[in-house]
Amino acid sequence: MNYKIKAVSLSLAMLMSVFAWNAQSYADEATGAEQSLLMLAEVSSVNTFNVNLKKPKSRNLPPAEDGIHDPENEATHSLQHPLDAYKGLPTSEYGNYVDWVKALDEGKLRPRWDRSDPNEEPFVLDLDIVRPVKASVPDVVFPHRQHTEWLYCSNCHPAIFVPQKNANQISMSAILLGQKCGVCHGKVSFPIETKTCRKCHSKPKPADWTPPLSEATLKNPWK
Amino acid sequence: MSSRIKRNVLKSMIIGVLAYMGALGIPQPAQAEYADIVINNYADAAGMRPAVFPHWFHRIRFRCKVCHTDLGFAFKAGGNKIDMAKIIDGKFCGACHNGEISWSVENCAMCHSGIPGQPTHFHGSTVQRLIAPAYKPLQATGAKK
Repeated sequence: MNYKIKAVSLSLAMLMSVFAWNAQSYADEATGAEQSLLMLAEVSSVNTFNVNLKKPKSRNLPPAEDGIHDPENEATHSLQHPLDAYKGLPTSEYGNYVDWVKALDEGKLRPRWDRSDPNEEPFVLDLDIVRPVKASVPDVVFPHRQHTEWLYCSNCHPAIFVPQKNANQISMSAILLGQKCGVCHGKVSFPIETKTCRKCHSKPKPADWTPPLSEATLKNPWK
Repeated sequence: MSSRIKRNVLKSMIIGVLAYMGALGIPQPAQAEYADIVINNYADAAGMRPAVFPHWFHRIRFRCKVCHTDLGFAFKAGGNKIDMAKIIDGKFCGACHNGEISWSVENCAMCHSGIPGQPTHFHGSTVQRLIAPAYKPLQATGAKK
């Protein structure tokens, strides 16, 4: 039995080293091609969106190691490490891994509302908007309070959202394409992942809710 | 604990350690902070590194409203057509990066710190992950121009 374990571990070690060496040489080839021709852009596949299949290997790397800052630039090394800035802030499972809204509510952050005056207070509107959703997912509750803590009315109204009931057609496809809520969510404010669905879709359906019939069913109802 | 369980534990530990060591050799795509923006409207053509804007750093100090209402930044990466003349004029970044509220424009390399050749993009954007060909350098340190 002992020999068996040894054999398994040895063969695994060999396999791993071969794999690692292969990957390294592929990377070298790729960067070689880059230098002479074009920057290689890896097209993301559908699977990279699925949070269950691919997770980031490391979080909150220092600027010099994050893959978009140039480590050969001297000033890159004097930029702040995100983790130094996030000390003491409430954490979350997505985005920057910081719960920004909670941090503001708990008073752990004091971001300015005005460029130069640190004492100016935001105009906060405490109004929840409930949006019924056609599909069977829970209905959406839009809280104005959390949004007006950060933003001003004119950031969203009337260009992105018409301030009128039933005047806005919102769908997840529009949001994923960067319209409506997707102007910020999925880019700067919390990302659109399976972990974050419930942040918006938070109000359970009424007990007597039944799924609406599709147009095709309404035209040709079952006998 | 029976010897059989012990052996199984040992076996899985060995496999785990080896898998971890093997994974270290695989090059990783960029792992920058969520909402970091690379702005490369004019920088590459002018022989500068592209500018990197970290949303997280600014969000700790200012609310969204300051830049996106008062300073007129549109909600679009690269959509503001910012150049150094406008910044020195006190517009966009120059409203604060003027030596009074924050450090001034002499510190070129603090902003212009991106890896050359990157297109203007949002890091970690859902849209890019879903549909657009996302820029991912194969090695964090290897992408040179």
